[in-house]
Amino acid sequence: MLRPLYMDVQATTPLDPRVLDAMLPYLVNYYGNPHSRTHAYGWESEAAMEHARQGVARFYRSRKKHLITTQTEHKCVLDSCRSLEAEGFQVTYLPVKKSGIIDLKELEAAIQPDTSLVSVMTVNNEIGVKQPIAEIGRICSSRKVYFHTDAAQAVGKIPLDVNDMKIDLMSISGHKIYGPKGVGAIYIRRRPRVRVEALQSGGGQERGMRSGTVPTPLVVGLGAACEVAQQEMEYDHKWISKLAERLTQKIMKSLPDVVMNGDPEHHYPGCINLSFAYVEGESLLMALKDVALSSGSACTSASLEPSYVLRAIGTDEDLAHSSIRFGIGRFTTEEEVDYTVEKCIHHVKRLREMSPLWEMVQDGIDLKSIKWTQH
Amino acid sequence: MAAAGGSRLRRAASALLLRSPRLPARELSAPARLYHKKVVDHYENPRNVGSLDKTSKNVGTGLVGAPACGDVMKLQIQVDEKGKIVDARFKTFGCGSAIASSSLATEWVKGKTVEEALTIKNTDIAKELCLPPVKLHCSMLAEDAIRAALADYRLKQEPKKGEAEKQ
Repeated sequence: MLRPLYMDVQATTPLDPRVLDAMLPYLVNYYGNPHSRTHAYGWESEAAMEHARQGVARFYRSRKKHLITTQTEHKCVLDSCRSLEAEGFQVTYLPVKKSGIIDLKELEAAIQPDTSLVSVMTVNNEIGVKQPIAEIGRICSSRKVYFHTDAAQAVGKIPLDVNDMKIDLMSISGHKIYGPKGVGAIYIRRRPRVRVEALQSGGGQERGMRSGTVPTPLVVGLGAACEVAQQEMEYDHKWISKLAERLTQKIMKSLPDVVMNGDPEHHYPGCINLSFAYVEGESLLMALKDVALSSGSACTSASLEPSYVLRAIGTDEDLAHSSIRFGIGRFTTEEEVDYTVEKCIHHVKRLREMSPLWEMVQDGIDLKSIKWTQH
Repeated sequence: MAAAGGSRLRRAASALLLRSPRLPARELSAPARLYHKKVVDHYENPRNVGSLDKTSKNVGTGLVGAPACGDVMKLQIQVDEKGKIVDARFKTFGCGSAIASSSLATEWVKGKTVEEALTIKNTDIAKELCLPPVKLHCSMLAEDAIRAALADYRLKQEPKKGEAEKQ
């Protein structure tokens, strides 16, 4: 039995074979500890680590106790903010417009004399929306506030320049860019100096900012992934845009009542989030059993709550339950997209035939006028 | 450009990868999140999907749940003069477990009398479909749907004020 097609690249990506090629020697042969100063094994491992670096902390516990972030950040950022709130920090969670983009005026208004850091993700992992990073950087720089961006879904996919965009801190995740799992990196600006406090203490590696032996093979993998991404960025973007256009056009032309969640213009093409009205997301995932996809419906989350990102952009709850995320990546083929589209159209039609909501709408009933039972 | 995606992978791939076949799926031991084959079966081989004439006096219609909750079930029963359920249909907006629960409900009510149908419990539905704890509310909604359909049927049988009961 063959495994399903993979259309969930926002969740994780396969290792690019070139990354594996780069890593393998460090798993098999060049296995020295990069911090060993006294022999060739250490030296070659350290050289590899530094080479990879050409491409993990907590910010300084300053007297300024206010942070600003958005309501659509990745759960890890939101969770970290919440635990900081428990420690006495004050956090402003900026709302987003229907497009998924923050209102820059609201950001400016939210900055107080007490604000230490603004954190806004570059590309959203659920709906693919791109935030106006350069403008946010400009605002933060003029108000002397640090700017962090979670660039996990953006690195190697869209051009990022930390100087042009005035980014002070940037988070990078290996397994989102065809690198290995278990490694990430954080860019921390030197001029002007950003001081950070270590999250874990110990042997003082990584200039004391992240103690613990650096895992050379993983780091080499991350470096290789970034190098490959730099080479492939333009081609990948063209390829992914082409496939994304193909997927969206075909689906929207063949099915009525399909909504794309998130701004269509400021959008990374590889992350397509669609709501199929009158069909519940998890049932569609079950029907599309030979394609690996993800949904914003409650049934797929452990908490039975639908996606908070969709809620933040003002999606009606029933449409939130009907959302599916299609992920297109470097290795996605046209055949995979065509297969996914064909199956999706077929099963949405089938599930609509099974849906009481579709039936009522066909009969001309306004669903919003019904008094539903609560249970 | 059609083959470009696949050929890029081939060009990038090392000999190591090219030699290994596309790895087959491994047998996973019953994890809670995988769809149970009984649940999938109700979608792939649907039975009793559809609608009965809701204006008919012999048809009871139950509509439970809410779109905002991601779960709506419509269950209809057709009852003969002797009080036996001779046909049942359902339509559901909900996850695989919800579809399977309501589908199973229509199977079970068929052939039962109106009184017997009241004895169908959500726990039986959940057991039959091997629903994990997080999906138990689907079976509860299916039980609610049965009861709502029965209640609607009962209401229709009551004589209207000032009218003689129709035969």
